[in-house]
Amino acid sequence: MDLLFYIFSALTLLCGLLVAFNPFSRNPVTSAMFLVLTIISMSGLFVLLQAYFLAAVQILVYAGAVIVLFLFVIMLMDLKEAEHRRYRKIATGIGTLAVVGLGFIIAGTVRAAEPLATETAAGETRELGRLLFTEYLLPFEIVSVLLLVAMVGCILLSKREEAPE
Amino acid sequence: MTIGLDHYLVVSAVLFCLGLLGVVTRRNLIVMFMGLELMLNAANLALVAFSHFNNDLHGQILVFFIITVAAAEVAVGLALIVALYRKRQTTDATDLTDLKL
Repeated sequence: MDLLFYIFSALTLLCGLLVAFNPFSRNPVTSAMFLVLTIISMSGLFVLLQAYFLAAVQILVYAGAVIVLFLFVIMLMDLKEAEHRRYRKIATGIGTLAVVGLGFIIAGTVRAAEPLATETAAGETRELGRLLFTEYLLPFEIVSVLLLVAMVGCILLSKREEAPE
Repeated sequence: MTIGLDHYLVVSAVLFCLGLLGVVTRRNLIVMFMGLELMLNAANLALVAFSHFNNDLHGQILVFFIITVAAAEVAVGLALIVALYRKRQTTDATDLTDLKL
């Protein structure tokens, strides 16, 4: 189990790094593919945390739907010239420095925290469903309305504008 | 040494920083969006780890809702990017300077 944790987290972080900063390619498609790998190795971490349902949802929703959406949008656009832009070195350096600083702050917080109780819960799907349809019924319905609104919004935004009369 | 909550939190923090790095350093709107996704996933990982080590399923419910809202957010955001591309023929953040004096 320990070994699996190290393998999955190393894969997650490596692929995450290649999404954000790939020295070999500036192509958005490469970033999207590494995002898929990140998502898949993260669902491995979810399985290690015994959140089986969320691991499945993660793969279905992210690797299955979100990435396909990304790839469709990349395909719709001609991004050839975007790859040849030069790096703006100063801005990139300052940004990296700021992010590394933030990382040290977060890591310090994690290390300073009191160790929590280590009882472990199995994320049993049946129990999760029961909670979702009893205690969280109203948020569940609201989220479905939100998805409907998002769908209508997308159609409205990406519709070709009619020529004015 | 057994794997505890700290390990997962550190992975989550590093992943969050990588996502932020993507948003801050890349100028392509689509790649910036992918950085946002990474940050959301880092938060999800932290929540699932807390939920597991505290023996409390409510964290996982929250992650479920976050995934749903993130999917809606991606759909609307990408539609906005497509609309923008149609008007301006660019997805580079440095070209969008309408608000500059």
